[in-house]
Amino acid sequence: MNDLTIRRDRLVAIGFVLATGVLACRREERRFDDSSAASSALAAVTQDTLQPGVPRPHVTVVSRSEGNAFDISEGKRLFDQWNCSGCHSHGGGNMGPPLMDDEWIYGSAPENIVATIVEGRPNGMPSFRGRIQPQQLWQLAAYVRSLAGLQSKAPSSGRDDHMQVKVDESRTPIRTPRASASRNTPAKSEKP
Amino acid sequence: MSWPGSIFDTAGSQAERIARLAWFIITVSTITYVVVIAATALAVRRARSRRTHDDLADIRAETDRRLARLVGIATAVTTLLLLVYVTATARTGRAIAWPTEAQQPLTIEVTGHQWWWQFRYRDTVPSNWLTTSNELHIPVGRPVRIILLSNDVIHSFWVPELHGKQDLIPGHRNTMWLRADKPGTWKGRCAEFCGFQHAKMAFDVVAESPEKFNQWYVSQLASAPPPTDSSAIQGHDVFVQRTCIMCHTIAGTPAGSGVGPELTHIASRPSIAAGSLPNTRQNLARWILNPQLIKPGVKMPPNPLPPADMKALVDYLETLK
Repeated sequence: MNDLTIRRDRLVAIGFVLATGVLACRREERRFDDSSAASSALAAVTQDTLQPGVPRPHVTVVSRSEGNAFDISEGKRLFDQWNCSGCHSHGGGNMGPPLMDDEWIYGSAPENIVATIVEGRPNGMPSFRGRIQPQQLWQLAAYVRSLAGLQSKAPSSGRDDHMQVKVDESRTPIRTPRASASRNTPAKSEKP
Repeated sequence: MSWPGSIFDTAGSQAERIARLAWFIITVSTITYVVVIAATALAVRRARSRRTHDDLADIRAETDRRLARLVGIATAVTTLLLLVYVTATARTGRAIAWPTEAQQPLTIEVTGHQWWWQFRYRDTVPSNWLTTSNELHIPVGRPVRIILLSNDVIHSFWVPELHGKQDLIPGHRNTMWLRADKPGTWKGRCAEFCGFQHAKMAFDVVAESPEKFNQWYVSQLASAPPPTDSSAIQGHDVFVQRTCIMCHTIAGTPAGSGVGPELTHIASRPSIAAGSLPNTRQNLARWILNPQLIKPGVKMPPNPLPPADMKALVDYLETLK
């Protein structure tokens, strides 16, 4: 091995380390006080693109919590502490619909999930309007999406604080979301 | 030797024993240090006075034996000193591990959270169980059994004036005993790094006479009085209709969540935010508005309330004596 090869190897190694740092920072970024978390734009979000008359320009709300390990784990903490499991049972569903399947009654996009939490939904989902700060809503939505395998595996949580009752989120297979065939009915009851 | 959090400024027999052990080890180690440094200096001086090569090479069998004996004695003394340290430490550990008196202990369950303390006073009558946050009251002269639990990561319970440190470990129960022999107020702190705000995880300890302690206990058991003036009534509505209710408890109102510190008697506490700030009106408002400016990373989010609502909310919280 001559000098040149060694130098090239070293360059590759340094480049690799730098690239890892650049790629990893978004996953690890921790925003404690994200007052810029989109909240006002939510009012313009619609669940369906179909509109009568001339359609309004499409509004996209970008969630900064997507793909962020800190936000997903904060969402997981809040999901437990605020007893979402009381109805959704760690994502498996019971009184409420399961969150870890590919079926979405009210949409799977982060802004749809936030709207569901804020507005509440018929047959049991309470409205949390004014009770949860926007940043925490986005964190919850990011975690709920990781339950269904809609987050990449890298930032998703690999363990539970309580007894493990399902495959952890970092090993949940990525699923393509689909709209629910029968609204308001948990998917479980449709299976034979 | 007195400063806030000094282990030499003791208020209980256990801390007394620990301080005595510390003094013993400091004294013996200082003497050892001085002797070793003096011997080294002497050796250097003697080596310097023998300048010639012949002198240095002049090691006779007699000198050799003398040196071997000296090294042997030094090693034996060192080993003996270390054994004395081990024995003294073990004896101290045994003496402070368990209270000697058979008096009925007070049992308090301490739970560490990122980054605050929860104290649950146990009683044989369940309706007398009491939960407080960041403020520990104990009666003077009565042994207190402390059960240590953690909600998230490893913390460590330390009141330097009363006892040594003991870890709070998630999924495990640790027990320790305390007894304050004189009244006083001290700061307890977390002594195990536990995340962003480990440094701002303190609690107030108040040791008082049994009569005063009982008075405090009864006052803490009471629910919050319903607000009377109009501003406090508005503040109560802000509390139960906004974000506060998701995490905090105020007994006597619909607020009953166990996520954050219990606030039923917050106005009677000397400090807020786990010992971060003195409990004043201004600090309360500052804290509620944006806790992230005071304790970055704390689990409480910013609450940008309109000024009128904030004033009402603080008015209400100040009624919670």
